[in-house]
Amino acid sequence: MTVAVTTPSDREIVMTRAFDAPRRLVFDALTKPELLKRWHGARGWFLVDCEIDLRVGGTWRFVSEGPLGMKMGHSGVYREISPPDRLVYTESFDDQWYPGESLVTVVLAERDAKTTMSTTLLFPSREVRDLVLASPMKRGVGESYERLDVVFTETRLPEGETP
Amino acid sequence: MKAGPGLLDTTFAALADPTRRAILARLASGEATVTELAEPFEMSQPAISKHLKVLERAGLISRGRDAQRRPCRLEPRPLKAATDWLEDYRDYWEESYQNLDGLLEALKEKP
Repeated sequence: MTVAVTTPSDREIVMTRAFDAPRRLVFDALTKPELLKRWHGARGWFLVDCEIDLRVGGTWRFVSEGPLGMKMGHSGVYREISPPDRLVYTESFDDQWYPGESLVTVVLAERDAKTTMSTTLLFPSREVRDLVLASPMKRGVGESYERLDVVFTETRLPEGETP
Repeated sequence: MKAGPGLLDTTFAALADPTRRAILARLASGEATVTELAEPFEMSQPAISKHLKVLERAGLISRGRDAQRRPCRLEPRPLKAATDWLEDYRDYWEESYQNLDGLLEALKEKP
């Protein structure tokens, strides 16, 4: 089971992934701080602070710690909570590594005790969406723009070079 | 920041249109003229030419020098750059989701 990432429109990212568990458990893993802390993050990033007020209009706030003790805070407001199959919330980052907020829609479909989770991220603009695609592991890092520049430079291969 | 992301911006913008993606898919199986490309779409040749200009500006296709035919050819390099980014994003989340797999296993065993 691997995650599929698609960009169905120029402001969206959709991630789809199957899990070998009923959706009630997956929903819990997405909404209970003690469980979120046990899985959320990758590449040296760990969720260290997690506050959730799980009701429509309630806020959530995550703080993740990364390599070299770097911290990244993000938060938002729950818009829709329909366990065990649907969760909608806004998300924005403390340090504004991308401007504005995104709208996240999580849909959980269960079949034969397996759950397919589809996460749709809707961004304010295409530019923001592309920035997010470019830097999944660089969130909240002051030097991220420098590293991004390196990526951009590497992206432009010299003429005539095969990929 | 302004100069840097230009190339990928152009690539993603070019890819955001379903007709242009279909054109690229067609070109993946070999070069084709504007007339040939226009055939499967209910679109005029000038409309197709407009799409081809966008693709050409993004470096996703190139046009042959033959003045009569000017066949279009797929240029894989920018496409590769765009998909590399998607791959990277995918890998980050796959790693996170594998942690979730482990957690879900533990939760199933201990209801």
